[in-house]
Amino acid sequence: MFKTFRPGGIHPSENKLTAGSKIRGLPIPGQVSIPMNQHIGASPKILVEKGDMVKVGQLIAQEEGFISANIHSSVSGKVLKVDAVVDMSGYKRKAITIKVEGDEWLEEIDTSTELVKEISLERHEIVRKINESGIVGMGGATFPSHVKLMLPRGKKAEYLIVNGAECEPYITCDHRLMLEDPESIIEGIKVVMKALGVKKTIIGIEDNKPDAIKILKKLLSKQKKISVGTLKSKYPQGAEKQLIYALTSRVVPSGGLPMDIGVVVLNVGTISSIANIFKTGLPVTERIVTVTGNGVNNPNNLLVRLGTSFEDCVNACDGLKDNVEKIISGGPMMGVAQSNLQATINEGTTAILVLDKKEAKVVHPENCIRCGSCIYACPIGLMPLSIAATADKGDFDLAEKLGAKDCIECGICTYICPSRRSLVQSIRLAKSILNKRRI
Amino acid sequence: MEGKFRVSSSPHIIAPRSTSQIMRDVFIALLPSAIIGVFMFGTQAFYVLLAATFSAIFTEYAIVKMFKRSGKVSDVSAAVTGLLLGMNLPSTVPLWIPILGSMFAIIIVKQAFGGLGHNFMNPALAGRAFLVACWPARLLGSAFVEARELGSIAVSSTTIDATSYATPLVSLKAGTIILPDSLLSLFIGNVGGCIGDVSSVALLIGGLYLIFKKVITWRIPTIYILTVFVGTFFLDGFSILTSTAHVLAGGLLLGAFFMATDYTTSPITKKGQLIFAFGCGLLTVIIRLYGGYPEGVSYAILLMNIVAPLVERYTRPKIFGEVALNA
Repeated sequence: MFKTFRPGGIHPSENKLTAGSKIRGLPIPGQVSIPMNQHIGASPKILVEKGDMVKVGQLIAQEEGFISANIHSSVSGKVLKVDAVVDMSGYKRKAITIKVEGDEWLEEIDTSTELVKEISLERHEIVRKINESGIVGMGGATFPSHVKLMLPRGKKAEYLIVNGAECEPYITCDHRLMLEDPESIIEGIKVVMKALGVKKTIIGIEDNKPDAIKILKKLLSKQKKISVGTLKSKYPQGAEKQLIYALTSRVVPSGGLPMDIGVVVLNVGTISSIANIFKTGLPVTERIVTVTGNGVNNPNNLLVRLGTSFEDCVNACDGLKDNVEKIISGGPMMGVAQSNLQATINEGTTAILVLDKKEAKVVHPENCIRCGSCIYACPIGLMPLSIAATADKGDFDLAEKLGAKDCIECGICTYICPSRRSLVQSIRLAKSILNKRRI
Repeated sequence: MEGKFRVSSSPHIIAPRSTSQIMRDVFIALLPSAIIGVFMFGTQAFYVLLAATFSAIFTEYAIVKMFKRSGKVSDVSAAVTGLLLGMNLPSTVPLWIPILGSMFAIIIVKQAFGGLGHNFMNPALAGRAFLVACWPARLLGSAFVEARELGSIAVSSTTIDATSYATPLVSLKAGTIILPDSLLSLFIGNVGGCIGDVSSVALLIGGLYLIFKKVITWRIPTIYILTVFVGTFFLDGFSILTSTAHVLAGGLLLGAFFMATDYTTSPITKKGQLIFAFGCGLLTVIIRLYGGYPEGVSYAILLMNIVAPLVERYTRPKIFGEVALNA
């Protein structure tokens, strides 16, 4: 039996339309808009002004505050404007818009295609370099990676877990990466293992990607410290706590972090980009984006420069069909709906999902019949119906007692509810109010 | 900036199964037993079921319209309530009995408490309890007629003698010795009783269909039935035959698969369901062996319905990561 988490979980139709399409490089767009809030945490300090010329890899915003990240230009050209634009979250946020001119790289970047240099750096030097690169979690959570690697005093990491589960339906960017550039993942793992001083790494991959499992197992056949863990295809297998439990049987305490139980989790995309940083000296300037869904003419996996607009990506896939209902940044379970195609790709944009009217059905809530589906499917063991009901009544104290803050917002409860109730949405409301209270 | 596409909070896809589908499955699962009932008791049984079902649907519709409730009649839940009530009645009742019962079930038990999902007792059972309380003579004892003999299946006449003009439960209570033959009749449905509870095999088919369709789980039916079997074994003569008769007779299977499993009135937690089912079983045994009625299922379930919220409160599932924090 393959490894998995408990309790709960579901297995929606996978719809991995693009599992077989090779990653296609998207030509550099005419203009990019790089969001300053692409990561979780504080906004960085902007270093450029309108009219400045920038090169690929140039630092354009510097981290500021406890959890923050550097941002580098993904293109070369002229800064058109530094202002607030509506980003993928739907809120207006600071962004730097650059008009592309040529493709000029910073001098210190090694553009030769030669593989990995021997990593002779010390632990703290590795962490510093990752810190400078400003890389954030590329699985979608966009948590600054260097923060994960800076172990608190007295804590020791025992496991590095590499997340290749890709449990969200439709998305295939990690799958394709594992197939097309598995070496970079292994190199990245070695770098991070050294930085953390861990002796054991497990790459977790769902069993619906047997080709990726096979390739990585073959490459790792002589490795004793790095192994591949085959996971049951089940959502949310790639959620941090669920992944850790499935692979190590360790439980992240409620309200705690993986570090509390000696585990660091990084996405395969992040790991591969880290390898790239040490290979070329180039910070993250591009990522793989799955453009998919029945509303797009030619679903594809694209390699795009950060800051490229959704519109450019969709056009590269022969545009939208007529019956489009929703555009989503990310997967169908946790992604963020877009009102238009103006948002731009950031480090955490795994996919642009275009759902047609059939896929994104409009539903109307009915009375809860207490069937219990949401309880049995909740991966945290919560009673979503009760939390949602108390939140709807405005009793947030009770919602907290029922575990509202433990909710990971995976969306399973709303997905599974036969009465089409907006359970996770009500729980989200409770969470945001409870979080505000704490401050 | 013009918004072109629909925006809403995630998730953006939903599971195919809807409430109406669940209710439809329950209705379908009830049909084998209802059909056998009609076959055994004739057209009068058919009219009783029809009256119960349609009066429930109509009452639900009228209330929803009258009070501008949001509930949809397409929920089929009213039809399920009506059919269940009809199946819990003897075939000899005049037609105003099922109609009145359905109206009571829908108006008082279901809609007065907020409609679908808010009733605190199983509406069909409460409707039956109401009818039994008001017109006991029409629902109990002599109301039961003998089921007609199944043509193709040979059933020994002694079996019929053992059960004729009295439900198997009355015989059980009177201490009649159970013969293997009479168990066979109980299994097929060639016995006296309510319209919907005579055929164990039809009820089993329906119940297994519900489990297969994942509408219900094994928990409540299995524990309920097991408790009754073990309980009657120890308290009613250490006879496997008698215990089996207790399981197959008197609507236990109908109650265990279709009424104790009612979502709204049973605990929602897995552990709670085990306790609930055990309680149903225990009460059924006690009422059957020591109570005034020969039949214990409906009151056992109704009583457990009332304690279900309490059971649920003390059986909340463990939150992932909770223990580790306390350790």
